Amino acid sequence: MSVKWNVTFRISRQKSGVEREFQDFVLEVDPNEYVLDGVERVWAFHDRSLNYRHACHHSTCGACGMRVNGVEKLTCITPIHSVTRNGGTITVEPLRNFPVISDLVVDMSRFYLAIDEAKFFPVAPVNKADLPYEAHAEGQDDCERLVDCIECGICISACPIALTTPAYIGPAPLAAAQHAYNELEDASILELMDDVNAAWRCHHAFECSAVCPSNVEPGWRIMDLRKRIMRHKIQNLLTSGK
Amino acid sequence: MENQASAKHWLKWFDPRNRSVSTWAFILNRVTGLGLTLYLFLHLMMLGQLAKGPEAYNGFIALVKNPIFTFGEVLVVTAGIIHGLNGIRVGLAGVGIGARYQRSMFYILFLLAVILSIYFAAKMLLGA
Repeated sequence: MSVKWNVTFRISRQKSGVEREFQDFVLEVDPNEYVLDGVERVWAFHDRSLNYRHACHHSTCGACGMRVNGVEKLTCITPIHSVTRNGGTITVEPLRNFPVISDLVVDMSRFYLAIDEAKFFPVAPVNKADLPYEAHAEGQDDCERLVDCIECGICISACPIALTTPAYIGPAPLAAAQHAYNELEDASILELMDDVNAAWRCHHAFECSAVCPSNVEPGWRIMDLRKRIMRHKIQNLLTSGK
Repeated sequence: MENQASAKHWLKWFDPRNRSVSTWAFILNRVTGLGLTLYLFLHLMMLGQLAKGPEAYNGFIALVKNPIFTFGEVLVVTAGIIHGLNGIRVGLAGVGIGARYQRSMFYILFLLAVILSIYFAAKMLLGA
């Protein structure tokens, strides 16, 4: 027999142009279910006007990023028991630093454009991997892999600099640029990211790496990108007279 | 809009709730940096007493020998140590040196900052 908990889902409700408010829904849940299951049950059995994004339910599509009890989570892989207790409350809010379209749905179009501008391609050769856990086996040099970033936007929501600087492109597009440069070695990527609102705006809180559900390590990638930008500029300086 | 990026949210920089140790380091660097900047102004004001002659300056020095001011000086030294050591970590990680180990660097440098702060606090408070 499965264990049942009574949990209050306190969900942020906001329609365009209207002040935000929280609405409580008390649900009977299995603590091993995921937060997204609870949100779906609210929609299915309590309020069909609730808007939220979801698709794959297994942390591949990146659609269900939300703030759960003040922390950015991919709700399809966040077990209820990890964020509350029996009789407790789960506060669910939309990601920060994006315009709210409705309830838990935010407008991520600018974010996707920034990723595109970074020349990010979601498939990369395995021999271009640059983190230890991305290592490949011998004889796989001609293989390709899906790059880990699922474009969920969670890193943008957690970043304190993205919170106060609307022009900052944020961790995921910078990580995408590092990935793209690593693969293409196209200097125009470095020149594009060598900007006060790109690689140089980060103030090293590394919260992006802490919340990333795919271990992309955007914080490290931003710093690596800076190193490559500096190297490129020094090389240009040394060879400009020739 | 409340949910969108805005400079008005700057106070949220100082909210450590539900955040990782790296954000705590980020907050610590800002708090100590602001504290040291405030101290710099107070220090310049104190030096300004020199322009008012020896009596005004001596009177001011007698005031700052109060234990409350000594405790304030301990805080300044502590802030300087924390900000300086954390600054080394930020400087290195910020140009891609050891960025993957920035969290371990923070633990080590913060421990060093605590030890140094205790040493100097003991010297200043007990040695006086």
